[in-house]
Amino acid sequence: MKLRILGLTLAAAIVGSASAQAQDPVEACFVYVGSKTDGGWTQAHDIGRQEADNLMGDAVTTKFVENIPEGADAERAIERFARSGCDIIFTTSFGFMDPTIKVAKKYPDVKFEHATGYKTADNVTSYNSRFYEGRYIIGQIAAKMSKTGVAGYIASFPIPEVVQGINAFLLGAQSVNPDFKLKVVWVNSWFDAGKEADAAKALIDQGVDILTQHTDSTAPMQVAAERGAHAFGQASDMIKAGPETQLSAIVDTWGAYYIKRIQAVIDGTWESQSSWDGLAEGILTMAPYTNMPDDVKAMAEETEAKIKSGELHPFTGPINKQDGTQWLAEGETADDGTLLGMNFYVEGVDDKLPQ
Amino acid sequence: MRLELEKRSEHSTFYSIASPFIAIGLTLVFGAILFAVIGEDPAEALYIYFVSPLTSTWSLHELAVKSAPLILIGAGLSLCFLSSNWNIGAEGQFVMGAVVGSMMPIVFPDVQNSLVLPLMIIMGMAGGAAYAFIPAFLKTRFGTNEILTSLMLVYVAQLFLDWLVRGPWRNPEGFNFPESRAFHEYAILPEVLESGRAHYGAVFAILAVLGLAILLSKTLKGFEIQVTGQAPRAGRFGGFSTAKMTFFAFLLSGALAGLAGVSEVSGAVQQLRPVVSPGYGFTAIIVAFLGRLNPIGVLFAGILLGISYLGGEEAQIVLGLSDKITRVFQGMLLFFVLACDTLILYRIRLVSKRAPSLAMGEN
Amino acid sequence: MELAVAVIITIVTAATPLLIAATGELVVERSGVLNLGVEGMMVIGAVVAFAIAHGTGSPYMGIIGGIAAGVFLSLLFGFLTLTLATNQVATGLALTLLGLGLSGAIGEPYVGLPGTKLQPIEIPLLADIPFFGPVFFKQDIIVYVSFALVAGVAWFLFRTRSGLTLRSVGDSQTSAHTLGIPVIRIRYLAVMFGGACAGLAGAQLSLAYTPQWVENMTAGRGWIALALVVFASWRPLRVIAGAYLFGAVTIGQLHAQALGFGIPSQLLSSLPYLATIAVLVIISRDRRLTLVNTPASLGKPFVPDR
Repeated sequence: MKLRILGLTLAAAIVGSASAQAQDPVEACFVYVGSKTDGGWTQAHDIGRQEADNLMGDAVTTKFVENIPEGADAERAIERFARSGCDIIFTTSFGFMDPTIKVAKKYPDVKFEHATGYKTADNVTSYNSRFYEGRYIIGQIAAKMSKTGVAGYIASFPIPEVVQGINAFLLGAQSVNPDFKLKVVWVNSWFDAGKEADAAKALIDQGVDILTQHTDSTAPMQVAAERGAHAFGQASDMIKAGPETQLSAIVDTWGAYYIKRIQAVIDGTWESQSSWDGLAEGILTMAPYTNMPDDVKAMAEETEAKIKSGELHPFTGPINKQDGTQWLAEGETADDGTLLGMNFYVEGVDDKLPQ
Repeated sequence: MRLELEKRSEHSTFYSIASPFIAIGLTLVFGAILFAVIGEDPAEALYIYFVSPLTSTWSLHELAVKSAPLILIGAGLSLCFLSSNWNIGAEGQFVMGAVVGSMMPIVFPDVQNSLVLPLMIIMGMAGGAAYAFIPAFLKTRFGTNEILTSLMLVYVAQLFLDWLVRGPWRNPEGFNFPESRAFHEYAILPEVLESGRAHYGAVFAILAVLGLAILLSKTLKGFEIQVTGQAPRAGRFGGFSTAKMTFFAFLLSGALAGLAGVSEVSGAVQQLRPVVSPGYGFTAIIVAFLGRLNPIGVLFAGILLGISYLGGEEAQIVLGLSDKITRVFQGMLLFFVLACDTLILYRIRLVSKRAPSLAMGEN
Repeated sequence: MELAVAVIITIVTAATPLLIAATGELVVERSGVLNLGVEGMMVIGAVVAFAIAHGTGSPYMGIIGGIAAGVFLSLLFGFLTLTLATNQVATGLALTLLGLGLSGAIGEPYVGLPGTKLQPIEIPLLADIPFFGPVFFKQDIIVYVSFALVAGVAWFLFRTRSGLTLRSVGDSQTSAHTLGIPVIRIRYLAVMFGGACAGLAGAQLSLAYTPQWVENMTAGRGWIALALVVFASWRPLRVIAGAYLFGAVTIGQLHAQALGFGIPSQLLSSLPYLATIAVLVIISRDRRLTLVNTPASLGKPFVPDR
């Protein structure tokens, strides 16, 4: 201990105060709702954490705790990190929002980052990814590739993020084929391989030949592969589960964001914000476009480029709501507030939104 | 060689006291072996699991938050199990307690006065008890197996809560996210001490334990419970009604589970969420047996299990141990406790295989 | 017609693990033992089956491994409840907890790996029968085993001397003991059979249903299997009806959704559980039914008097 302090003092004396900070690595801590090997949501965050850990070298150390239930346990897990000297804490589930805010109040010197919520504070940033941008692209691909003109959507819970995804997918598909239909099945789970497989089979049995999912297991991909349908991966590249089935996948790539934010702590420039990055910032990426003709691939790439450059916003009018009333007029784009609280379908969804 | 049991003429007092300690001792030994096998220093791992949660005021508070619901539910269940009523659905009663108890701050958010909290607690207990009434009614009226009905009702309760917070009880200012509005200040169960998060749920737990301990040892009802549980026929001769006992046991354990539920949402979570319990109702079954169906025992068992949860989290962070190890550990502990309890009633003898098996054919 | 066939095939897949695990548990309960640890044995069966199939490349080796793992866990249960006469309810719950934890730990390296799917075996001639062919004769081996299992158990319990012995142990442990029947040994065998079935059911999940390993992938199916035994009032052939009915409700609600019925999905999801309760009540209302079939010694520990 004494030696270490001596070493620190020496180093500080030699290279000055600026790099003294570098001697004391920033500690970045992650609270996960699932298992870090879940193959979906939490694994994507953990890959981001590992990237930060590897690329930032000695400047940062990372810690994590997994399988933390939302509720009273979450508050303890977050506070445990805050007490143990973490400089920045990432809480990666919507259900961690209020516990994060509560703990942040008690530890004003610690920085907090909460994923997929809407509350912020002086030391709490909220961050999210514009998953719907990717969903628009896969919707277009689905409309081009489908022979039956119907796609199946395996959905988890009717929260705005999922509703956005369903709408964006259908809008993308309708931009190619205005008569395109979408069947939605809610499995009320983020991760239940059996249920997701059953839902996939039910959808295919009802004439769907393209599957997409907002749940995290690879089971639907496997079912699609068996039945000769096509499917899109979710959260991670699922090509291994369906080498001849996956058309593309929306891959969560949180690493870039984590590195940016941890660097801000190191530099002392961290500020609270509401961050909602998309394809352009690299917080989500499209897995390679596979198992499709070149013209479809070219179309997908073009759309991706247009979204990145800001030329195309998936939610651009004219768009009607499901009941036929107008939502967006010609040329109008949706504002982030409406998107973040989205609780209605656009015209053409063959489902009643669970209320 | 094989093991044979020989019934003791009376309960062994020595083993009644010693058996939990022998069990914990065995768990520690096997735990140490387990840690050594996966390449951790056993002493350090065991220290983190069982001692570190007791070393700071903060974690003692957290321990109270974690253990209180386990003790509340476990105490009620121990009474239930003593009377041979197998209520496996405390998780559902916990959820319904939380739901009914949250009606005031969610449905009538404008009613804000000091009557709200007592009302919530009463409603929570009533909600849990009412939900436990269903399996009790089906059992007494139709003879339906209560293990299965109470268990099925857990899933129904969880889905009901899920539907509420995604639908009618969703926070109107919450951007459609699935959670209720935050409870107003009159609906929050206060903290007991300034120094941390432990709320009055912990006090309820201690009161429940004391109340049930007195009920069991000092009252006629307590005697009745033990008699009906151990020998239903004798109970009937004694004029005790098994049906009434079933209702009593289910309603009481349901009310306590409901109290745990409303305390959890009003004290720790302070709103309703799609999931309000990380399986407290199931873990409490283990707590009840770990405490050997004795309310005071349940108190210690709840604390012990709480420690293992907190220690498990610490071990994840410090040692990088997977949280599954914690569950294996808890399963092991329970196995040893159950096995050691055999010593109270029986002597265990090793019998050589060749010895004539006298037990057979003779009575 | 094609849709009906496709739907029924899905139902068969969903019902098979329930059918197998419930049939195993039925035998256990007929011998007078209540093992609530089906979920734990099933999940261990699933992970071990996956791991071995992944390691050897053969799903059949996986099946054997899954069965062995189920038997191993059931022996642990047997040692406690039969040799040490511990409470069966508590021991069964502990078994579930241990199974879920252990399987998570064993399975960590296998999460996300592509599995080896059990391939269907077409039965010549029979497979060509319209409707019944694809539904019943183009299935994987576990489905065939499940049919044979139920038939075998029904035959064993009610048509053989050993079956009669097993039932007598469950109906009255003390009289069976007086007659010189080795109560404990028979119960051990029954418990092991139950473990084997649960392990096989788990193997079906990780090799046929969804060929992959996912933590807690049994997702409560072990508990459903337990309910089915009571649902069937301890009669093997009724287990088939129960398992397929349950499978049909589960799959049916997904189809109802895909057809765009606007019913809250939570209500649909809770239907199977409510249906089970309803059936339990209906069955137990008829006292003749339950009294005749319920093993009278169910759940009671037995220690031979000296």
